[in-house]
Amino acid sequence: MIGGLFIYNHKGEVLISRVYRDDIGRNAVDAFRVNVIHARQQVRSPVTNIARTSFFHVKRSNIWLAAVTKQNVNAAMVFEFLYKMCDVMTAYFGKISEENIKNNFVLIYELLDEILDFGYPQNSETGALKTFITQTGIKSQSKEEQSQITSQVTGQIGWRREGIKYRRNELFLDVLESVNLLMSPQGQVLSAHVSGRVVMKSYLSGMPECKFGMNDKIVIDKQGKGGEGATGQSIAIDDCTFHQCVRLSKFDAERSISFIPPDGECELMRYRTTKDIILPFRVIPLVREVGRTKLEVKVVIKSNFKPSLLAQKIEVRIPTPLNTSGVQVICMKGKAKYKASENAIVWKIKRMAGMKESQISAEIELLPTNDKKKWARPPISMNFEVPFAPSGLKVRYLKVFEPKLNYSDHDVIKWVRYIGRSGIYETRC
Amino acid sequence: MVCSVSICAGEIFELKAELNSDKKEKKKEAVKKVIASMTVGKDVSALFPDVVNCMQTDNLELKKLVYLYLMNYAKSQPDMAIMAVNTFVKDCEDANPLIRALAVRTMGCIRVDKITEYLCEPLRKCLKDEDPYVRKTAAVCVAKLHDINAQLVEDQGFLDTLKDLISDSNPMVVANAVAALSEIAESHPNSNLLDLNPQSINKLLTALNECTEWGQIFILDCLANYTPRDDRESQSICERVTPRLSHANSAVVLSAVKVLMKFMEMLPKDLDYYSTLLKKLAPPLVTLLSAEPELQYVALRNINLIVQKRPEILKHEMKVFFVKYNDPIYVKLEKLDIMIRLASQANIAQVLAELKEYATEVDVDFVRKAVRAIGRCAIKVEQSAERCVSTLLDLIQTKVNYVVQEAIVVIKDIFRKYPNKYESVIATLCENLDSLDEPEARAAMIWIVGEYAERIDNADELLESFLEGFHDESTQVQLQLLTAIVKLFLKKPTETQELVQQVLSLATQDSDNPDLRDRGYIYWRLLSTDPVAAKEVVLAEKPLISEETDLIEPTLLEELICHIGTLASVYHKPPSAFVEGSRGVMHKRLPARTGSGESTESPDVGTAAGGSAPEAAPSIIPSQGDLLGDLLNLDMAPPTTSGPPPPTTGMQMGGMDLLGGGLDSLVGISHSVDPYAATPGQLVNPFWVKWSLRSDGVLCLQVWLPAMKAKGLEISGTFARRAGVIQMELILTNKAMSVMTDFAIQFNRNSFGLAPAGPLQVLTPLGPNQTIEVSLPLSTVGPVMKMDPLNNLQVAVKNNIDVFYFSCQYPISMLFVEDGKMERQVFLATWKDIPNDNESQFQIKDCHLNSDAASSKLQGSNIFTIAKRTVEGQDMLYMSIKLSNGIWVLAELRVPSRLSMCFRIMFLFIIQAFTVFFPQPR
Repeated sequence: MIGGLFIYNHKGEVLISRVYRDDIGRNAVDAFRVNVIHARQQVRSPVTNIARTSFFHVKRSNIWLAAVTKQNVNAAMVFEFLYKMCDVMTAYFGKISEENIKNNFVLIYELLDEILDFGYPQNSETGALKTFITQTGIKSQSKEEQSQITSQVTGQIGWRREGIKYRRNELFLDVLESVNLLMSPQGQVLSAHVSGRVVMKSYLSGMPECKFGMNDKIVIDKQGKGGEGATGQSIAIDDCTFHQCVRLSKFDAERSISFIPPDGECELMRYRTTKDIILPFRVIPLVREVGRTKLEVKVVIKSNFKPSLLAQKIEVRIPTPLNTSGVQVICMKGKAKYKASENAIVWKIKRMAGMKESQISAEIELLPTNDKKKWARPPISMNFEVPFAPSGLKVRYLKVFEPKLNYSDHDVIKWVRYIGRSGIYETRC
Repeated sequence: MVCSVSICAGEIFELKAELNSDKKEKKKEAVKKVIASMTVGKDVSALFPDVVNCMQTDNLELKKLVYLYLMNYAKSQPDMAIMAVNTFVKDCEDANPLIRALAVRTMGCIRVDKITEYLCEPLRKCLKDEDPYVRKTAAVCVAKLHDINAQLVEDQGFLDTLKDLISDSNPMVVANAVAALSEIAESHPNSNLLDLNPQSINKLLTALNECTEWGQIFILDCLANYTPRDDRESQSICERVTPRLSHANSAVVLSAVKVLMKFMEMLPKDLDYYSTLLKKLAPPLVTLLSAEPELQYVALRNINLIVQKRPEILKHEMKVFFVKYNDPIYVKLEKLDIMIRLASQANIAQVLAELKEYATEVDVDFVRKAVRAIGRCAIKVEQSAERCVSTLLDLIQTKVNYVVQEAIVVIKDIFRKYPNKYESVIATLCENLDSLDEPEARAAMIWIVGEYAERIDNADELLESFLEGFHDESTQVQLQLLTAIVKLFLKKPTETQELVQQVLSLATQDSDNPDLRDRGYIYWRLLSTDPVAAKEVVLAEKPLISEETDLIEPTLLEELICHIGTLASVYHKPPSAFVEGSRGVMHKRLPARTGSGESTESPDVGTAAGGSAPEAAPSIIPSQGDLLGDLLNLDMAPPTTSGPPPPTTGMQMGGMDLLGGGLDSLVGISHSVDPYAATPGQLVNPFWVKWSLRSDGVLCLQVWLPAMKAKGLEISGTFARRAGVIQMELILTNKAMSVMTDFAIQFNRNSFGLAPAGPLQVLTPLGPNQTIEVSLPLSTVGPVMKMDPLNNLQVAVKNNIDVFYFSCQYPISMLFVEDGKMERQVFLATWKDIPNDNESQFQIKDCHLNSDAASSKLQGSNIFTIAKRTVEGQDMLYMSIKLSNGIWVLAELRVPSRLSMCFRIMFLFIIQAFTVFFPQPR
């Protein structure tokens, strides 16, 4: 299991060091600094073995988190734990920065003592942790409160405490999708997928039993047999994963998503689709080399969705060679700028309706070089935000039952929002 | 005092004062400062007593800080750590469960021997605490204590309490108990601490649905160590584990994949469920690739294993492994590896287009790997070879140095795979000769020039140009250059005589590399004695190269599959390669496919042998001690049967020796036979030593040398006696990646002088995954040495890879010779002469044979009936046996009652070295 956990700043100074196992000595702290943080070359693997000791690291801005072990641990678990650790810290004191860590080091030690015992991860749900790891001390708890805390930390529903009350029962569902595309210069889709998340923010009283439904093809097809004409289209979900509150065996058997949600925000599910994706934009590049010192670039973007909808925050990034000396750009819409430090022409458009087209053309002057190697021509990438789900996912219902309290499904105010963003949306040129 | 990081005395003094302050806030701030110094590595152990004094407080935050300090410094101040014990014991009784748990958690982290005994009582209470939070903490504490003092944990009976916690009502307690037990069990590989049976498995599977994500991982990892009894149990566990594949935590998913991959081995392939399961595995594996990059890396390393073990799972998922421009380099390299493994005729066009794209990227390692991948595609998918070659040529035209070199290395392999097809490109390759500066690329180019010397007009000039700097080249290049020039000479002898002499003298006289010199001499002698033979040797047809490269050896792959998700699967090394101590030494293996209905053994033998007959585990002779010397001193050439027999005195010595200590062991062996005697089939061979039999009386094969211990060579075998000749039947299986040749066998000296009567007849090389059956006749004229047990045989098998040692036991009945029928008179006289000491008797129970049937059956194994008489309704059979070394065994067999279905048969063995007293009867 995890033998120790260290947090370093970008210089390699230790900010937090907690050792769980006897086989990890103080020299391990230095070994990682010397071999990884101060290494001359770029790190080639997130797992490093130095003198029969294995180091797992993740980096958050310029902070290094490293877990150390001498055993054959579950590597996936260690990384999952490190991410979770980051989430917990962020939930407690915001951004993970050197200053925040230094100011909260007592809290961090307290957390580390709680969520990792002898190197075994324990309950790491922020909701539960916040009930008893506070920076104010917990002397004033009554006996009932104490047993409530322990039963929550160890219980079946470790993510929610009993006795939550709201005057207004409300819930918000966000369907957040990122659409990924890799397209060849000829306009052929090399790979495209949508990875989506359903984020739920709930302010519900008691222990509400929820059931979530969407236009999942398997479910719709099953119901379709019953004669109930399904409205709209259904989508084929390649795979999905759920927050630990969702009863997986029930999903496996009936494909129904039922759960008691944590209070506040949680990521209910993640999913991935590859079929029938609506690609909101198409990028048509045209690069022409005019002699050895000049490039002509023309890029057309076409929006491909309902004209009544508006895409926002559109940004097209056209890479330029390293030996670019000057760029002249003309665009019909938005603003375009050559950014020498990023080796790219960045073209920004604030808003664009569906079924429109826009174009940019640029002349790139090059310095003559004797570099034998050709320019690698990185792909043209794009960023945008659209108010629909490119996968076609629709929320059909989210039912809430709370048998013990006197509010029904109808009393809950529900909000649903769809946002489609660009993931890695690239067109080769 | 000596400090690791300087901290001035003044500072310590100041802190001391603050720690002893009356004001709580000031105290707390002081402890915080101490901890802060501790974190950055300053030595603040001098403050130990002052900090411990702050321990007794109601303020939980302060308490935790003091505990943190204690955990760090208790070891360096063991005597003072005792001071803290009282507070711990008191805290363990606190009304607040959080404080009870905190105390027991911290106590376990104080690794001081003296403290452990004080820990026992509080721990015992906490293990039975009413609050699950305390129990789950106490469960982990048992593992901590075990780490400090294993004996104490066993003596105090904590292990049993821990086992009870597996049935706890709280899922988190169960999960932590499982984690603790798994860890303890790992350091005791042979204990059955985690006594997993269907009932306990059921409990674990129930807890699996309810506990935290981390608990699910502990339970799944523990489940993976279980071996179900049959395919039905295996399927039911799989069914209950599959829902975990939708968990958001990647580690839960990977651990579930591990359980499924392992238990799938046991499912029959024609089962519907089997194919359903295969289909269910693909989507979660693909989803892992949308996790954070570090987890993607872990997932990809595992997918690499899964693709090798079961390529069918991901064969349609090629696209998800396409490299993204912004992937970290470690993800890119792993994706590329998997792309090559999945490349097939169906997707090769896409793959090639991608690889071509990658070859223009920035990262040198990645580009090299991409170029190499193009070559591997050509070798793997024949239809694509042409396009691959033209792609490689395009890349060579870029003149980027490392791309060109990498391309030449792979083109060499393409030539090997498709001879006489793409040689038209040689001209292009030759243009780049000067830019090659890496040994591998130079060697590849030289190989190409040598191999196709007849088509390259200026081959001699090209090779000569390399020869100038011969001594500065690396060995790889030197060897290749030597061979290439010899090839050239054999193809164009007239023009290149001078060149070949030059290289031969460079290699043999001016080089101090033994490999190079030896190869030089061999060529020299070949060329000078028999040029025709030289041509046959040097220009011989080359064996085909395999399509897949970098495959993990099957035995290692099996082990790694059992370690999916762990570091071992990330390193692609068994845990023993990177874990110190006893942990992880145990090799894990995939379960064998066993149907619930079918059984290889017939039921009656199964029950008879079930209780007390563990299969004689073949013991591997450790490669040390004088035995090794003995075996190595023996010439590996097989002894000739026509050689002079050993002197008679030697034989007598052997015989006498057997008479001394041998009798006991022989009889001892006979006694252990009893349980087998239940079946008629086994009556034939009353000397069986823990020998497993099929119901038809034929010896079962035993694995003598497992592949894991012999670099992939597995040997199983049995013995038989046919037409007076003892035969050793061997089955050799090559489980390694490379071809095995040059087999030879040799025995160590043994009790009965067994020795191979001829060489081991393995004429054709044994390819990967091939099996060959060999029958080796044995003679009994080899050197004699008494073994323990008597019928132990130590064997050395050599092949082109190494020499391997194992030992096996042969049934004594193999040694009963056909002329073992003693004349009646001689028998009578001898019977009387034999001293009582040499006598032994035992019973064979439940044998449903009458005396005649028994007699004829025994005769089949060369146990001859000399006389028979009936006394009071009992049949008495007198029998004789002669062993191959001339020892006679006389026996009396009493069959008490014909009427009862159950016979009591009494053997009376009298062992005598007969050759001493009697001439051999004819």
